[in-house]
Amino acid sequence: MLAYTLKRLLAGGITVWFIATATFVAMHQVPGDPLMNDKAVTPEIRKNLEQKYGLDKSATEQYFIFLGNMLRGDFGISFTQQNRRVNDIIRDHFPVSATLGLLAIFFAATGGVLWGALTAIYRNRLPDIIIMFLVILGISVPSFVFAALGQLLLVNINSMLGQSLIPVAGWGTFAHMLMPSLVLGLGTMAFLTRLMRSSMLEVVNEEYIKTARAKGLSPVRIFFRHQLRNAILPVITVLGPQVAAITTGGFVVELVFAIPGLGRYFVQAVQQLDYTVIMGTTVFYGAFLVFMVILVDIIYGFVDPRVRLE
Amino acid sequence: MKFVLVLVLLLSIQAANAEVDATSVDFDSQTITIALTQEPPQLNSMKATDQVSIVILSHVIEGLVGYDRRGNVVPGVAERWEIDDKTATFWLRKDARWSDGSPVTAHDFVFAWRKTLEPATASEYAFILYPLMNGEAINQGKMDSSELGVFADDDRTLRIEFARPTGYFVKLTAFVSYFPVRKEFFDKKGGRYAADATDLLYNGPFRLTEWTHSASLKMVKSDSYWDKDNIHLNAINADYITSDTRARLNLFIDGKIVHTRLDGETYKDALTQRFRIRRFSTGNVFFVEYNHRPERITRNRNLRKAIQLVFDPNEMVNKVLATPGNLPGISPFPVWLNGVEDKFRREYPAPVTDIDVEKARELLETARHELKIESFPPLVLLSGDSPTAAKQAEYMQGLLKARLGLDIKIDIQTFKQRLAKMTSGDFDMVNAGWGPDFDDVMTFGDLFASWNLNNRGRYNNPAYDIQVRTAMNSSVPKIRMDAMGELQKIIHDDAVILTQYEQGVIYLMHPKLKGVVRRVIGADPDYTRARVVK
Repeated sequence: MLAYTLKRLLAGGITVWFIATATFVAMHQVPGDPLMNDKAVTPEIRKNLEQKYGLDKSATEQYFIFLGNMLRGDFGISFTQQNRRVNDIIRDHFPVSATLGLLAIFFAATGGVLWGALTAIYRNRLPDIIIMFLVILGISVPSFVFAALGQLLLVNINSMLGQSLIPVAGWGTFAHMLMPSLVLGLGTMAFLTRLMRSSMLEVVNEEYIKTARAKGLSPVRIFFRHQLRNAILPVITVLGPQVAAITTGGFVVELVFAIPGLGRYFVQAVQQLDYTVIMGTTVFYGAFLVFMVILVDIIYGFVDPRVRLE
Repeated sequence: MKFVLVLVLLLSIQAANAEVDATSVDFDSQTITIALTQEPPQLNSMKATDQVSIVILSHVIEGLVGYDRRGNVVPGVAERWEIDDKTATFWLRKDARWSDGSPVTAHDFVFAWRKTLEPATASEYAFILYPLMNGEAINQGKMDSSELGVFADDDRTLRIEFARPTGYFVKLTAFVSYFPVRKEFFDKKGGRYAADATDLLYNGPFRLTEWTHSASLKMVKSDSYWDKDNIHLNAINADYITSDTRARLNLFIDGKIVHTRLDGETYKDALTQRFRIRRFSTGNVFFVEYNHRPERITRNRNLRKAIQLVFDPNEMVNKVLATPGNLPGISPFPVWLNGVEDKFRREYPAPVTDIDVEKARELLETARHELKIESFPPLVLLSGDSPTAAKQAEYMQGLLKARLGLDIKIDIQTFKQRLAKMTSGDFDMVNAGWGPDFDDVMTFGDLFASWNLNNRGRYNNPAYDIQVRTAMNSSVPKIRMDAMGELQKIIHDDAVILTQYEQGVIYLMHPKLKGVVRRVIGADPDYTRARVVK
C-alpha cells in the first residue's frame, strides 16, 4: 500500500511539473507585454522593472529560476500589486474560494441525491419530466446567467419585504454565502441528479432488491437501506474531482457577488498578463486537483484490493 | 439530525442579519458605504496610477494643496505659497500631523519627490515631477536624486527650483505623486510599505483602519487632521469590490451602496427603477489615432482628411454610444479646460468640419495617386475588447465602407496586447483615448509632440513641436494659449487624429448624501467633505 501511495505521489509530482512547464511556455507565447501600462515609461524605468521581475534574462534562465523558486514554495511578487507576494495572495484568498466551494458541493450533493432519487421513483411521470427538464437547464445554462438571476431574485425579495433579509453581495457572514454557493453548485447538482437517477434505476432491477421485496420489507425501508445506499456510490466517486473543479471555477460567481476569492485573481491575472500570479495560481490549482485525484485513488486502494495489485 | 441542521442554518441567518442590515447611509453615525470597482493595486502614493488607488489615497493623505468643490486650489499641508518663473516656496502649517503623531515636514516632501523620480522606484507617473530642476535627468538615471531642485530650508519651508516656468505647478502638488512620505516609516517598512492598512502613515482627513484584500476597506475620520471640524463623515466603508456594473446596481437598489456608475445596459434598468440619473463629464477624450510611421499608408494626409470629411461625431455620440452625457468630439482639447480668462474652447473655437462625401472621394483618389497604389488595401483598425470599443470599431468599418469604399479589418485585442501593438506600430488606426493628468491644456497639448512616448502613432511635425516648446517655456497665459490654439488648428488641418467624443458618465447617488464632488482630475468621486442629511 505504501509503495502504491508513493508511486501515485511521484506521478502527481511529475504532473504538476508538467502543468508548470506547459503554463510557463504558453504564458510567454501570449502576445503583449506584462510591464506595459497606459502611460509610457522611460527606457531606464523599463530596465529597472525588467530587472525587478527578472525579465531581462533569457526565457530558459527565467524558467530555471522559476522552477528553483517553486521548489522552495516561493512564487514571487505580483506584477499588478507590486507589494504583495503571490504566496500571500493564495493564502488570503484560497480559503474564501474553498469555503464557498465546499458549501456549493454540500448543496450539489444533497440536492443531486435527493432529486436523483425522486426522479427514479417517479420515473417517466410528471415530477421526473419536470426535474429532468430543469436538469438540462442546469447543465446548459452558464453560471453567469444564474448568478445574475439569483442576485436579482434577492433584490426583489428584499424590496418586497422592505428589509434586507439576505445580503445581495459581499462576504463575511454565513448569509452572504447562501446564494453564491447555491449558484456555484447548480451545474454540479444537475450533473449529480442525472448520475443518481441512472444509478438508482440500475439498482432497482438488482436481485437483492427483489429479495428484499420478497422478504416483505416495507417500501420505505427498501428505498433507504438497500436502494439509496447502493446507488449513491458512483456519486461519491465523482465528488473528488468535482470538489476541485468547483473550488477553482468560481470566477463569475465571485465577481457578481463581490467575493474575495482566488478565482478572480486566477482569471484577471491572465487578462493582465501578471506572470507571477498566473504561474502561482495555475500551479497551485493544478497541484490541488492532482492531490484530490490521488486522494480518490488511494481511497480506492483501501476499498478495492484489485487496485493495489497493479 | 436534519432538524438541528435547519435550525442552525436559520439561527446563523438571524445572527448574520444584525450585521448585514447596515444601510448605505446613516445619519446618526454619519457613515456611508461604497463599492469599489477593483482592489486598489497600489497604495504607495509614489507609484499609484489607477483611479481606485488615487481615490483612496486622496482621502487618507494630503498634499501641499487640495481642491475645493468648484475646482479651485485651497491650502492643504501648505498654508501659503509664492511662485514665479524660476522658483516656488511653500510654507507648511504647524498643525499638520502624521497618524503616528509626528509633524508633516518639508523633508517628507523632499524624500517622496526624490524617491518617485529615482529609476529604481519605477514610477509610471514620474514624468509629472519633470517641472522640478533636474527631475527628468534623475528619472533617466543621469543624475543622483540629491540633485533634485527641491529643498527643505527648515522643517516648515519647502523651496522649489523649476526646470522651466510652470505656472500650473501649484495645481500639480494636489496630485498623489506629490504627496509626502515619511522617510523613517518608509525605510522601516522596507518592501512592505503600503501593503496593508498598518503599513501606511496618514495625514489626511481619514485614516485607513481596515483593509481586507479584495473584500473591503474602512476609512475612519482622523482626529488629528488640522481641519477635522469641517469633515462631517465619521466613516467610509468600502464593503464591496466588484467590477460588475449589474451587481453594483443591485447593491444600490438594495440600499447597500451610495453610488454606482451605469453603463449602456444598467442605464435602462435604472430608468425603470425611476432613480434620478446624474451626469458627469470625465474630461477624457476618445479618438482614432493614425499610424504616421513612414511604412504605413495612413501617413498620407489626404487619406486622413478624406476620413475626417465623412465622420460625424454627433452620429457617434447619439447612435453608437447612445447613453446620455457624452459630447461630440470636435477637438482634442475638451470643453472643461481653462484658457486665458474663460474656457479654452470659448476663446479658441475648434475648427469645424462639414461632412462632404464628394470632396472626401476626390481626396481619396488623390491619396491613391500619391501612394502609387492600384487600390487601397484593408486598413487595420486596432481596438479594445470592451463591448463599447467593438461597437465603435464596427461603426467605423461600416461608415468607411459605405461612404468611401474603404475596407477596414478590425483587430480586437485585450488591454496589454493592444498596448504592445500600439507601441510597436502594428496598426493603421487604433481606438484610443486620453485623460488629463493635471489641470492645464498642456496635459493634452504635448501628446503628439515628437518626443512624447505616449505619441504611439509617431506623429512627427516640427511645426507642432515648436508650438509645444513655446507653450512650455513661457508662463504668460496669452502666449501659452495662443500656442495651444495653433496646436488645435494643426491637429485638425493635418488630421493627426480623428476625434470622436468627450466621455461622459451617468451614475446614481444616494439622495441623502450631499457634498460629494465629481472631479476631472484627482479623486473621483471625492467624499471628503460630504455629509449625510436627514
